[in-house]
Amino acid sequence: MNDLTRLTAREIAAAIAAGETNAVDVAQAHLDRIAKIDGQLHAFLHVDSEGALETARRVDAGEISGPLAGVPLALKDVIVQKGVPTTVGSRILEGWRPPYDATVVERLKSAGVVILGKTNMDEFAMGSSTEHSAYGPTHNPWDLDRIPGGSGGGSSAAVASFEAPLAIGTDTGGSIRQPAAVTGTVGVKPTYGGVSRYGLVAFSSSLDQAGPCARTVMDAALLHEVIAGHDPRDSTSIPSPVPPVVEAAKQADISGMTIGVVKELSGEGYQPGVEQRFAEAVETLTGLGAKVVEVSCPHFAYALPAYYLIAPSEASSNLARFDSVRYGLRVGDDGDRSLEEVMSLTRAQGFGAEVKRRIILGTYALSSGYYDAYYGQAQKVRSLITRDFTEAFALADVLVSPAAPTVAFPLGEKLSDPLAMYRQDLATIPSNLYGGPAMSLPCGLSDGLPVGLQIMAPTMRDELLYRVGAAFEATMPAPVPPLDWEA
Amino acid sequence: MAEITRAEVAHLARLARLALDDSELDRLASQLDVILGAVAKIGEVSDAEGVTPMTHAVPLENVMRPDVVVTSLPRDDVLAGAPAAEDGRFRVPRILDDET
Repeated sequence: MNDLTRLTAREIAAAIAAGETNAVDVAQAHLDRIAKIDGQLHAFLHVDSEGALETARRVDAGEISGPLAGVPLALKDVIVQKGVPTTVGSRILEGWRPPYDATVVERLKSAGVVILGKTNMDEFAMGSSTEHSAYGPTHNPWDLDRIPGGSGGGSSAAVASFEAPLAIGTDTGGSIRQPAAVTGTVGVKPTYGGVSRYGLVAFSSSLDQAGPCARTVMDAALLHEVIAGHDPRDSTSIPSPVPPVVEAAKQADISGMTIGVVKELSGEGYQPGVEQRFAEAVETLTGLGAKVVEVSCPHFAYALPAYYLIAPSEASSNLARFDSVRYGLRVGDDGDRSLEEVMSLTRAQGFGAEVKRRIILGTYALSSGYYDAYYGQAQKVRSLITRDFTEAFALADVLVSPAAPTVAFPLGEKLSDPLAMYRQDLATIPSNLYGGPAMSLPCGLSDGLPVGLQIMAPTMRDELLYRVGAAFEATMPAPVPPLDWEA
Repeated sequence: MAEITRAEVAHLARLARLALDDSELDRLASQLDVILGAVAKIGEVSDAEGVTPMTHAVPLENVMRPDVVVTSLPRDDVLAGAPAAEDGRFRVPRILDDET
């Protein structure tokens, strides 16, 4: 076999099953590649060579089998894995080793997926560039001077640069899809409640959702089927069968489907190059036999403000658990200071600037006197955005838009302008507020950088994303970064 | 309504148990003013009146589990991740104020 790192997850699993290679060789090839290039990329916060090779050996010994047995994967550092450092990109959890596995990790392990390590992210998943990681940014494999998206920029960069064929991300406002868009990879936010949140360090509990990252639609579908399904340990987990996503990716036929172009997800804030690739993608979908209609979702214009009230409010509550008592950092405990003083010093030192901004914003939005005008109003607007989706899905099977309004921007460009950073999520946030599934997949390049096509579907109709995505993917070659920076 | 003063930020920081220094307070006050100005746009939505607030994407209520005893995480594994532990418990800084 030539370069094992260039294979898709499906090809790797097939090659192992056929005895053409083995899981240990596959794991080692990826670990070698990480050792070679991650100094330049910084996609990983922790590489677990020993654990990865141990799982690979068990697959080779025939102890575990399945459609992804022996396939390497990069795990976003927001998901706990027993005994493996989990920082959530924050100093406040530096050095902490979780005493249990997340449900997602349990499922990956029992499927024989080889977890290579933990990937970099914006601290507590708050950001769109990975620059808010306390451990330094990740670089985009297409151009090391540009951002890989965020918050899951480590996962997207690892997949795009062939460090791993698969990764797990989490998506609260676009943290799987925007990184996928700017790195030319496939990222899916499943229906909220489709994948268990047990063991996912909470940012905004009513929005957080873990999902697959891959280089092909089929690989994303295979990973989706492994991690999805009801979990009694997550009370918001949906007790229904997993949508037939792999079957849909095989089907890849959209003739007769109606596809809605969302009028409000274009225009101001969207780069002309992005809009052009998107318009071409819509033409391609028409050529594949879909009927394309324009739909209007008037309240999407308020999705960004609604999100930046709801998510920080939930975060300000969720992050109260970092109290310097049960895990992580403790600062200033000199025997004299009170618990409250130690807690306040710890949180001030352990949290970065963006996390503090959002905690204060959320505390403000929830405080008496402002609650109705901000948090309460945002929840009403969330209902109206959901109504817009419901009405649009009466006219179209799926909706489409650009996944991110711009291509990858230079590192540092938006760091001092929080609002400009927040606008990266213009197109992705509506699906989080509504709860429905959405995918970003590559639809060409603009100025040599990837552009993402977003597909949105009704709740628990995740298979529609894969059906449309696989049909579209078949019309264009997979984007491969030039990787001319490789030593 | 979207105006936030430095004193207000200091109050919020105290509520949120964040010991921010002066330069952080200055920076946050001006940034939050801009962010609040942008999110205040939410008030423009005129057809929100009477709409039921949406708290969650999944309309599930009273999710029950069987009332059976299961083992919890091993105590020592959990305490191993704590910043300080003593006699099988989390050790916390002083919680009572002995000055007043």
